[in-house]
Amino acid sequence: MMRKIVLALAFSAVAFVAPASAEEGGGLLPAGTKVGNIASLQRGARLYFNYCSGCHSIKYQSYSRLADDLKLAPGEVLSNFAFTGAKIGDQIVSNMPADHAQEWFGKAPPDLSLEARAKGPDWIYTYLKSFYLDPSRPVGWNNTVFPGASMPNVLWELQGTQVAHYAPAKPGEEPAVEKLELSSKGKLSGEEFDAAARDITAFLQYVGEPAALKREAVGVWAILYLAFFTFLAWLLNNEYWKDVH
Amino acid sequence: MANVFTSIGNWVNERAPGMMPVYRKHMTEYYAPKNFNFWYYFGVLAMVVLVNQILTGIFLTMFYKPGAATAFDSVEYIMRDVDWGWLIRYMHSTGASMFFIVVYLHMFRGLMYGSYKKPRELVWLLGMFIFLALMAEAFMGYVLPWGNMSFWGAKVIISLFGAVPLIGDTLVQWIMGDYNPADATLNRFFALHVIALPLVLLLLVVLHIFALHEVGSNNPDGVEIKKKKDPATGKPLDGIPFHPYYTVHDIVGVGFFLTICAFIIFYQPTVGGWFLENDNFIPANPLVTPPEIKPVWYFTPFYGILRVIPDKGLGISAMFASIVLLFLLPWVDRGAVKSIRYRGLGYKVALGIFALTFLLLGSIGAGLTAEWIPKIFGASADVTSIEMHFGWLLVLMYFGYFIFLFGYTAFGYEKTKPVPERVTGGGH
Amino acid sequence: MANEGVNQGRRRFLTGTTAVVGGIGAAFAATPFIKSWQPSERAKNAGAPVLQDISKIEPGQKISVLWRGSPVWIVNRTKAMLDTLPGLDGRLRDPKSQVDQQPKYAQNETRSIKPEWLVMIGICTHLGCSPEYIPEIKPEPFDPEWKGGFFCPCHKSRYDISGRVFQGVPAPANMVVPPYKFVDDNHILIGVNPEDKA
Repeated sequence: MMRKIVLALAFSAVAFVAPASAEEGGGLLPAGTKVGNIASLQRGARLYFNYCSGCHSIKYQSYSRLADDLKLAPGEVLSNFAFTGAKIGDQIVSNMPADHAQEWFGKAPPDLSLEARAKGPDWIYTYLKSFYLDPSRPVGWNNTVFPGASMPNVLWELQGTQVAHYAPAKPGEEPAVEKLELSSKGKLSGEEFDAAARDITAFLQYVGEPAALKREAVGVWAILYLAFFTFLAWLLNNEYWKDVH
Repeated sequence: MANVFTSIGNWVNERAPGMMPVYRKHMTEYYAPKNFNFWYYFGVLAMVVLVNQILTGIFLTMFYKPGAATAFDSVEYIMRDVDWGWLIRYMHSTGASMFFIVVYLHMFRGLMYGSYKKPRELVWLLGMFIFLALMAEAFMGYVLPWGNMSFWGAKVIISLFGAVPLIGDTLVQWIMGDYNPADATLNRFFALHVIALPLVLLLLVVLHIFALHEVGSNNPDGVEIKKKKDPATGKPLDGIPFHPYYTVHDIVGVGFFLTICAFIIFYQPTVGGWFLENDNFIPANPLVTPPEIKPVWYFTPFYGILRVIPDKGLGISAMFASIVLLFLLPWVDRGAVKSIRYRGLGYKVALGIFALTFLLLGSIGAGLTAEWIPKIFGASADVTSIEMHFGWLLVLMYFGYFIFLFGYTAFGYEKTKPVPERVTGGGH
Repeated sequence: MANEGVNQGRRRFLTGTTAVVGGIGAAFAATPFIKSWQPSERAKNAGAPVLQDISKIEPGQKISVLWRGSPVWIVNRTKAMLDTLPGLDGRLRDPKSQVDQQPKYAQNETRSIKPEWLVMIGICTHLGCSPEYIPEIKPEPFDPEWKGGFFCPCHKSRYDISGRVFQGVPAPANMVVPPYKFVDDNHILIGVNPEDKA
């Protein structure tokens, strides 16, 4: 009887945890990133510094840490990625003045250090793929994941341009975007662009938690040790409890 | 080697003869029932987590900088720049949630086996005070990283004090030291979190254990082992010395528990947003409220009560009453039998429903029911209304447990089974 | 509760093994805490080698550069200053710089890579004050035979123009020369040895 109640409670507890947080799901595409894949992080870093770092900072990340973790030579990082005059020990801060940004985009571009932790990798991946042309917006672009985003599609040369197909509007409501369609081709095929978006997402995921690389490497040993210790303690326990009848 | 230890032991003993008897009283000559089961691990696990929180907490204070302008940055500094800082921080954040898991299970054990009943009322009361102090400690710790959930969580929880008649608004300003949670709030919460409340907690834990060791531990049969003593030695027949038997026993449980914790710390430190919330990776912003304000999971059952009662004063009173009633449990429950094994069917069913109610209130507080309702009742369902009605039912069931328990036990409705003279089971 | 028939050997062995394995685990668990006290990534970045342009330093002039929180002096010494060095040996505590206060490549009379360029941590070896730079060769109240050098106002320790300490003052040793190298004729990199990369 008791055991059944306990089991039922345990299962209902698991059922609570399983759906996880509200941010996940909700029409987002699975990013499928692997933070341990250094090659993907390196490609992501190149894309990030080509297309994103002009406006966005990652102020909690330093060039030297980037070089160490991504297995790049410090000189390479400085010459390929860094802003002029930056030293290897500096934090990666965009040199776009904040008031210019305010003027150009209506809003200063946010720091992306923790974007992957706040929004989740799936959100970033889907966001990067969901820009479409929308002449009603000041920058000419809109996004289905983040409607009214002030950011233009900086990756349009790679992706090509998308246009929206709208569902029939309900009375008194704005028409909702039903699906996006490629209106002109970019340099990359659809699959290649997905891979690029995935690499950028993986890079931002790394930037969100650089310790993840070490964390997952050390964890195995900690768990193996604890399992072994518990086994020993169990033997010891059985030995002593032979006394108890 | 052994001689050295013996002579050091003698040296200490000559100078502090009172120490050995204390050790004997609480370890080698503390007789614990031999039939403890799985549920009896959670007390020692709570101790382990407490030690972990104190150790990791001391190290975090070496790097953390309280202050609205510095707190968030310093947490990221710990996560990135301090050697192994991420591990220390994850041990602390995981420890906070694990603390509540083991404490809730420890309390549920007390309900199942009637550990709050005479003569252990004081043990239960001290335990409830620990629970209160722990909630305050956890709340203030949650504010310290100064993320956006920290800020808004602090704002909502402190506003609860605004419901106090007459002095409410003054009280809220006095707690915050400002007109909003701000630098001053963070600084005082830091002081309370790192020193004041830990001291209170430690004192209460010591008293909780002393009070327990005066009356002796309860057990799954609810039998008082002190009633049956060996006439020759005067030792309880069903008791075994805590040390070494329960020390080695507990080490196994601790090892198993730490393995689970290590898995969380190294592979799932945020537990999908349950242990560390996504919105708390955004710095505090008094202008932008997170899409959904909800407390961390361990407060959600109480927050659920607050959420479904539409009147502010009433909701807050109900929330406080839900905790106060737990304090009064030893006097609400008039049953003669302690353990659920020998209690009436009504008690078994009521306790099961009570536990389920607690979890479902948690799901309302966490906003999960709001997600489930459209899936169960279809997309056109009126989520708010269904959630409210469901919530009222749960609140009634929560308080109903106490009313039922009193009526069921005080007026002789409970049909109990005979309790054995000696404990059943235990040993190998 | 019967103790007869207990295998004491096995019991003792298991207790010992569990204790030792637990102890090893505790030691491993302690290392992250101990290591967290080491200079953080940020401190290391802040303590990274410092590049200094020396083309604007006039002969006889001294500049201070901050490296790892300490002042590093760079002095462009004149011929007259260097000429005072050989005559001082008898009055110095450690004229040959035998105490390990400088890298090997600066263990010479000028305590430098290039004779005219002195690079030295500007901290008195007595109690950590920063001495004054008094380059003029003329009698001073604290030393009637002053040949130019460094004088610490805190406890009156005196050093010559190479940072070698005089006898009869509280400071025990010559001032410290940090690792440094010439990147080119006009740039010094403080914090790395000539043989190091980067």
